[in-house]
Amino acid sequence: MTVLTDLTVAEIRDGVRDGSFSAREVTEAFNATVAAAKSLNAFIVETPEKALEAADAVDAARGRGEPLGLMAGVPIGMKDLFATKGVQTTAGSRILEGFVPEYESTVSANLWRQGAGMLGKLNMDQFAMGSSNETSAFGNVISPWKRNDGGNAALAPGGSSGGSASAVAARIAPAATGTDTGGSIRQPAAFVGISGIKPTYGRCSRWGVVAFASSLDQAGPMARTVTDCAIMLRAMAGFDAKDATSLDLPVPEWDAELSSNLKGKRVGIPREYRIDGIDAEIDASWEHGIAWLKDAGAEIVDISLPHSKYALPAYYIIAPAEASSNLARYDGVRYGQRVLPDGGGLQDMYAATRAAGFGPEVKRRIMIGTYVLSAGFYDAYYTQAQKVRALIARDFERVWELCDLILTPTAPSAAFGLGEKSDDPLAMYLNDVFAVPASLAGLPAMSVPAGLNGQGLPLGLQIIGKPLDEQGVLNAGLAIERRACFTARPEAWW
Amino acid sequence: MSVDLPMVKKIASLARIAMSEDEAAALVPELNNILGWIEQLGEVDVTGVEPMTAVIPNTLRLREDVVTDGGVRDAVLANAPAPEHGFFGVPKVIE
Repeated sequence: MTVLTDLTVAEIRDGVRDGSFSAREVTEAFNATVAAAKSLNAFIVETPEKALEAADAVDAARGRGEPLGLMAGVPIGMKDLFATKGVQTTAGSRILEGFVPEYESTVSANLWRQGAGMLGKLNMDQFAMGSSNETSAFGNVISPWKRNDGGNAALAPGGSSGGSASAVAARIAPAATGTDTGGSIRQPAAFVGISGIKPTYGRCSRWGVVAFASSLDQAGPMARTVTDCAIMLRAMAGFDAKDATSLDLPVPEWDAELSSNLKGKRVGIPREYRIDGIDAEIDASWEHGIAWLKDAGAEIVDISLPHSKYALPAYYIIAPAEASSNLARYDGVRYGQRVLPDGGGLQDMYAATRAAGFGPEVKRRIMIGTYVLSAGFYDAYYTQAQKVRALIARDFERVWELCDLILTPTAPSAAFGLGEKSDDPLAMYLNDVFAVPASLAGLPAMSVPAGLNGQGLPLGLQIIGKPLDEQGVLNAGLAIERRACFTARPEAWW
Repeated sequence: MSVDLPMVKKIASLARIAMSEDEAAALVPELNNILGWIEQLGEVDVTGVEPMTAVIPNTLRLREDVVTDGGVRDAVLANAPAPEHGFFGVPKVIE
């Protein structure tokens, strides 16, 4: 008998269309697994009735013989960064607790239009600032994975899309939305052994997505297979006049065009990503990836991205600078929490509201951003970082003359334990050392599972593509997926 | 460059985040640790490099100069912590 919660997005959609099962049956099965997995803390709000409403609409449409959408009958998790009409949206922060949007984000609206349903709002690092999901005001998300050392250490699901990662890996959602500012889709996907793609900047509308760093923020899908990512990305993407940086381009049929044949493709291996002292297992998995892509017909070329080491420090000027500006809107006036000290005036209200509402990492980044943008320091920090960013983008433009795609590890380590890095902001930032350069250059990049390390934990490989070449990225992802044959799944302890 | 306690308190005030003396003091070494690491950007030769303004070449669109939205006062105020008489309420600002 088919276990409905083991099915992929493609299998659910096809099964619903063919009548093998109804959308309601699938949704009821997932609603039950969500309700039974509270110990993962993957959801901030569960919306089983909304999921059923969408499923019933799909079943009714099928009954009337109407054409069904790309995601028809597929219940998904929605990262709590997307505004959802009538359902609390917090960005993982206390300051937005109780905020119930009067509008729907473009990306979520696109998904509902294609027949997807919402299981609930997924936990995340506060304002997407974090790499372990430990900065959420609603508690840590726990990874479904455990080390095979007989210990019982709770592991980080990665971040900031930690709830999305945990839910998909635990099969309490077949897919989830994520957002990626500097690795927030790819690093958690790698940590829990699933796939996730950040498309070219501008493919997915940012309208209705709580802003962190607007020049970097991009939405994307997280799912167990590359095909599922292709289907879901197609449903999410598209021009939106309400986002000034939205790309006015047709959405390719990525899922229909998928091919794991890489004949004629050149894959670059950037020598700067070979970091001294890196985990030998990360290096070994990279070598496997190279062999798999060769086997798929690709030519491997050695390339250089000379400014790579400056990407992370540039990111930690640019992203906090944009965040300090974006988060100025949380002032206790128009929405969210308000704290008004006795006898206090407007300025006291702003300061007290923000002190009470923002978590420590958010405050740290607002402080850095405010400092680097302040008079006297702007040129030394912010302008310099934007120039370095231009050099990082130029590094990529130059290597595209030598290769079509780039292969790297996704993260410098496998998942770490909760609490292991949370006291050291810099150690936490280094998680995104391989993910950030593609973010700064706005390039499409995805993580796919490559295998398990000696501790039984997943490792991911990252594929970076040329602007707008999501197809090339997905195809290489598929070639790795077919060869890595990653079938491991966490044992259900939750 | 590094920050000291008066500078941290000044930044907190610019950022409108209330902070106790202890909290501000704790942030001094934390911020200096991060700023010290960021400092390495200074060694990059950026002669003749224009600061990046857009990752993907894209021109800003113009639209018709017409009203496209509005008449949704109640929706706008629905999440306000202290709406009053159809406005956002704030503490008194004029003495």
